[in-house]
Amino acid sequence: MATSPETIVEQRSAAPQRADSSLSWGRYPRVQHRAIHKATWTDELPRFLSGADTGSLLPHGLGRSYGDSCLNDGRDLVDCSRLTRFQSFDAERGVLRCESGVSLAEVLEVAIPKGWFLPVTPGTRFVTVGGAIANDVHGKNHHRAGTFGHHVRKMAIYRSDYGLVMCSPEENSDLFRATIGGLGLTGIIAWAEIQLRRIWSSRIDAETIPYRSLAEFQRLSSESDEAFEYTVAWIDCFSGASPRGIFFRGNHDKKPNLEVRNKVGPTVPFVLPGWMLNRYTMKAFNNVYYGLKSTGRKAALAPYDSFFYPLDGIGRWNLIYGKQGFLQYQCVVPETASGVIEELLRLIADSGMGSFLGVLKRFGAAPPAGLLSFPRQGLTLALDFAMRGEATLRLMEALDRVVLSCGGALYPAKDARMSAPMFDVSFPEWRTFATYIDPKLSSSFWRRVTEKNEKS
Amino acid sequence: MKKVVILGATSGIAQQVQRLLIKEGVELLLVARSAERLPALAADLETRGAVMVATFVADLADVSTHAGVLAQAQEQLPGFDTVLLAYGTMLDQEKCKHFVPWALRELDTNFVSAAALLMLFADHFETQKSGCIAAITSVAGERGRRSNYVYGSAKGALSLFLQGLRSRLLAAGVSVITIKPGPVDTAMTDGMTKGAMFADPKEVAKDICRALEKRSPEILYTPWKWKYVMAIVRTIPEPLFKRLNF
Repeated sequence: MATSPETIVEQRSAAPQRADSSLSWGRYPRVQHRAIHKATWTDELPRFLSGADTGSLLPHGLGRSYGDSCLNDGRDLVDCSRLTRFQSFDAERGVLRCESGVSLAEVLEVAIPKGWFLPVTPGTRFVTVGGAIANDVHGKNHHRAGTFGHHVRKMAIYRSDYGLVMCSPEENSDLFRATIGGLGLTGIIAWAEIQLRRIWSSRIDAETIPYRSLAEFQRLSSESDEAFEYTVAWIDCFSGASPRGIFFRGNHDKKPNLEVRNKVGPTVPFVLPGWMLNRYTMKAFNNVYYGLKSTGRKAALAPYDSFFYPLDGIGRWNLIYGKQGFLQYQCVVPETASGVIEELLRLIADSGMGSFLGVLKRFGAAPPAGLLSFPRQGLTLALDFAMRGEATLRLMEALDRVVLSCGGALYPAKDARMSAPMFDVSFPEWRTFATYIDPKLSSSFWRRVTEKNEKS
Repeated sequence: MKKVVILGATSGIAQQVQRLLIKEGVELLLVARSAERLPALAADLETRGAVMVATFVADLADVSTHAGVLAQAQEQLPGFDTVLLAYGTMLDQEKCKHFVPWALRELDTNFVSAAALLMLFADHFETQKSGCIAAITSVAGERGRRSNYVYGSAKGALSLFLQGLRSRLLAAGVSVITIKPGPVDTAMTDGMTKGAMFADPKEVAKDICRALEKRSPEILYTPWKWKYVMAIVRTIPEPLFKRLNF
């Protein structure tokens, strides 16, 4: 008898899904994975790690990273999106423990009815807790609450060399700091415990205020950072040297209302033709948007989904950028360096390429939670560009030079093309970080931004 | 539907069904083989707001555990009104077709043990003159295909068994629901190449919960398109069907 049926059952459930070309949110770059291993239970993770070759595996959640930090070209992924079990929730203290594949949308469904909210949330709720930690995501309350990593109390991480390792700010704190913002490279997070934030209402008492220059934006930021938990601004990148935009600020409402909202609207049915999103349609969109919002100050009670997650309302919105996909350029620059944002906007205007959506926010002074955390004090600007080949890449290189010259940095979760030297300069801790990488793990992003540096 | 016994609670479809049922305040008894995974499932459902979740560890492919399962259901979930059979295996057909012990194992788990277990619940519900028996079979059980006929024949036999049971229990007022999913993206099918045909287990779970609630339709195809696909597949004449390579 060759093998018993019992062993076959095990082999079947361990069988990797046939290699396919899974994409990141930006749908650029296009890579080919060798295999995608689906983890259904955390107890399967050690087997995936022990069966892997050196540097061949990368944990993957919902694939909402824009560039190649969630991809592993020519190698394997461990898909953790089925690890969606909650372990415990202390509704008195707001401490939630769950497997790493639980999405922030699911956390909100459990937390809100008990009077708790995410301590920090990015602009989509369709990311996993593991992904939020691995990218140390930030939100509209960075000036008050720091990043997601600041609210992680404990994690259980499977490593190929040390097995299951518990870490927290007290226990194995060096691995803890490396894993926050560690791009999934320090081990596979099995579960995490996070501290939620108390709320009376899931609604946001929000104000929208139009602004007509960067100085005005900065003045609004300064006057709002004290009194408002959430601040962010939309910026019209077609509006030239004196940029206009809309400033949003808000606080959780005080009047009790613990409504959970998980309706999603229409879904983009297929990849739209690339030409539909051109300079003229984008400019028109920005004009209409400004026109609608700029009629003076407005205050309103906003449901949390429309305040935090406007783009979640349109399923697969990334398909509007066409077959070639898109790149997001998110940088942070010190506010002390004057004229940088204006210079970036001028370069974009000169290039003839525009961004459909631009976002501007002032980061606070919170010390970074992780070794590779992106947020640092200053202004962060995020812009989407349809991928148009060389011209798009050349524009971004020009933007890089401005960002580098003032000591800025790019966000790895959004990046698909920054150079190795740029990463070296803007994330100086990376060599220390590299000593915590699990020998079995690697990613397309990591190889791109470090291999040249290692040779030099 | 207030109290539901789930046989094979760790199955990919069952997990999603459970999450929907607890939202309606349904009390559950989860039965599964793994003593490690069962508590993780119960903790998840409790954190999501379940009123009551009980568990019982049993390898349901082993018929000798069955009497204990019914006894546990009566003890831990007294007055339970619905039972959902959700366990099954899909061994590699390439191996099954040449190696008798594998084929027997596949038939045993998916049909023989399932039929044996449902007989006990059928007697229980028949005596109390109420209840609902639902079991997940498969569209693969409607015609024998060269790529999947061992699994398919077990599921097909289970569908026939349920059909007979439905007729027998009619007088007692007990409903019997045959659930026939198309291919679903769960751990059971991870060895296969997954195309657009594969359904999200969340969608399948929604259909199942609706059918359990309404005790209708008696034969549920899920997603719904499979009802029409299979209506066509059933009409293909055998001389042609046997030549189809799928």
